[in-house]
Amino acid sequence: MAVSPRKHEMPVQDPSERVRNFGEVALGYTEETAVAEAQRCLNCKNKPCVAGCPVNIAIPDFISRIKAGDFEGAYDVINSSSSLPAVCGRVCPQETQCESKCTLGIKFEPVGIGRLERFVADRHNSSAIKKPELPAPNGRKVAVVGSGPSGLACAGDLAKKGYKVTVFEALHIAGGVLVYGIPEFRLPKEIVRREIETLTSYGVEVRTNVVIGKTLTVDELFEEGYDAVFIGSGAGLPKFMGIAGENLKGVYSANEFLTRTNLMKAYREDSRTPVMRASKVAVIGGGNVAMDAARTALRLGAEVHVVYRRSMEELPARREEVEHAMEEGVQFDLLRNPVEILGYEDPDDRRNPKNGFVTGLKVIKCELGEPDEKGRRRPVEIAGSEYVIDVDCVIVAIGTSPNPLIKNTTAGLEVNRHGGIIVEENTGKTSKDGVYAGGDAVTGAATVILAMGAGKTAAKAIDEALSARRE
Amino acid sequence: MYKIVNKKVLNPTVTLMDVYAPLVAKKAQAGQFIILRADDDGERIPLTVAGCDREKGTVQIIFQVVGGATMLLNRKEEGEYISDFVGPLGCPTRTDGIKKVCIVGGGVGCAIALPVARKFKELGATVHSVIGFRNRDLLILEEEFAACSDKLTVMTDDGSYGRQGVVTLPLKEAIEGGENYDEVIAIGPLPMMKFVVATTRPYNIPTTVSMNPIMIDGTGMCGGCRLTVGGKTRFACVDGPDFNGFEVDFDEAMARSSMYAEFERAEREKACNLFKKEAE
Repeated sequence: MAVSPRKHEMPVQDPSERVRNFGEVALGYTEETAVAEAQRCLNCKNKPCVAGCPVNIAIPDFISRIKAGDFEGAYDVINSSSSLPAVCGRVCPQETQCESKCTLGIKFEPVGIGRLERFVADRHNSSAIKKPELPAPNGRKVAVVGSGPSGLACAGDLAKKGYKVTVFEALHIAGGVLVYGIPEFRLPKEIVRREIETLTSYGVEVRTNVVIGKTLTVDELFEEGYDAVFIGSGAGLPKFMGIAGENLKGVYSANEFLTRTNLMKAYREDSRTPVMRASKVAVIGGGNVAMDAARTALRLGAEVHVVYRRSMEELPARREEVEHAMEEGVQFDLLRNPVEILGYEDPDDRRNPKNGFVTGLKVIKCELGEPDEKGRRRPVEIAGSEYVIDVDCVIVAIGTSPNPLIKNTTAGLEVNRHGGIIVEENTGKTSKDGVYAGGDAVTGAATVILAMGAGKTAAKAIDEALSARRE
Repeated sequence: MYKIVNKKVLNPTVTLMDVYAPLVAKKAQAGQFIILRADDDGERIPLTVAGCDREKGTVQIIFQVVGGATMLLNRKEEGEYISDFVGPLGCPTRTDGIKKVCIVGGGVGCAIALPVARKFKELGATVHSVIGFRNRDLLILEEEFAACSDKLTVMTDDGSYGRQGVVTLPLKEAIEGGENYDEVIAIGPLPMMKFVVATTRPYNIPTTVSMNPIMIDGTGMCGGCRLTVGGKTRFACVDGPDFNGFEVDFDEAMARSSMYAEFERAEREKACNLFKKEAE
């Protein structure tokens, strides 16, 4: 049978329609399409895709079960390696991971592994939750700090091995960046809730409203009888550029803008938390967070410009996200560096309520110069080329620096000069006995799946260390 | 869920609640704050801790009913529950090396100033307190301040109680009269704190102010609470809420605090209409 050269398309909401709602953009495969796509897999001997997956899912194995129509079996295969399949099927950059290694991809488009993973997870989640077989408790307790991707992955793996796991979350809902950062239209919050429900069915306890480093310290967790602590507290303080006008009204960090809209649901008319309904927005930065902010602003009714200092080639966001953003009408003002944010000022009336609101973003044009130490060509400003983009809102999406709360209250926990927690790469072990870490708290801003990989690595190391102690 | 074990109306717009939150009660110190959500779809409201009872496991909050969110919180009665209550957040008020202090509280800010005054009293410092209100009806916590202050001056804008005038008046008199304060701590509306700083600056008396900007997570994640302090961007939730008053850009802070004025007005009206409907 001839292999189709292209992946089966996944239906999406029409761009003109979806810019007016927060419903999910991609709509998922049907059973027929999933089986047909699964049949494209060559089931090759050396399985390069597995090595391309940060959590080493047995990809050909789950795909062959889809071929056979055994969708629950496919789910069990994925679930044995990944705690959040419905999430990963949506937000993983498969094009640079599993799918980039696919043998079929040498000649044709690779197998749509991400789309198949998503199909399997959604199909499982739409049926009633089976009570999983719980492993016998092994009498050991592990505390996980943060309920984002790394913490949930770590908690899931340990719970499946019989550990009593408690996840501590600072916010009022579990999920970390999956609920406050990634927008509803890319990752519906109902899916996150469902995945966490699955974890709690394995005996994981989630305690919201506890800030480790404030409400309790890491040392107190040990005093309470936890045998190990995993820190997956995520990235932290948003970075700003240090240009004039950054504290004007209408300037948001991407974290604040996304938290207001996602976590606090400010896009709903009945939300009690406000977010500015701007008419024209500039988003500064070119990463995935910038794309999320831009597409969110668009759905809130604004005209949106992404301002990035290099060219499209260097823009770090996932291609799929950039394409979606373009289809929806986000404009890309490339090779532009922000110089100053301008605000309204009425010298005659200091009480004028318009005072202090953003009126524009002054940028300077750039061209690409010599490559920097990472090999990316450096933007060089063109003297005298400044101009002003008329906007009433500016969203700064240029990254975050690690949160200091845990470092400041945990003696013996070493961090690097950027504030990231120092760990052994193969185990996630920190400088403090019994304490492990992973995810953005270690690496700075990265992806969901890398954070999950780090959580799994630490879970394995914690299990080995505690098992050795038991013997 | 967090139980309201005690509720007391202090004046027509200010309410006190003791909330059962043992983990927070065990740790909270003067100057720190909590964030609560009254209901499951509520806004996150930051409130500075007014006191706590470590044995009973309760944390005291005192809040002014200013917008929709505080109106909804104010509807909760003793024995009812608050959905979320997290803390203690921020850094405690610095007390080391201070032997003589003047605490200046304005309006509902007095609720936050009280635990600070108590803390200094416990540490054996000489405590002078100046508390100010618009009028007699809004006066709160007078007895409590009297109990922990070596000297207490009550001011009202209209002279309906205590002395008539602004809080900086007795402060300036005291300084000029030779009171050598090691520190002045001002907690209240932004304009009041700005004027306290203007009063102490010529005498170079170290002055701490407690900032209460718009905030969401309270743990350093959103950056919404940023302020300019000493020319640098600082986050009130993790770097504060106390800052060196001489370095705070008050004009900017005042401008930022009005970002959602329009929205808040609408929310307040919505909440009012809701109550009216129920009353009908």
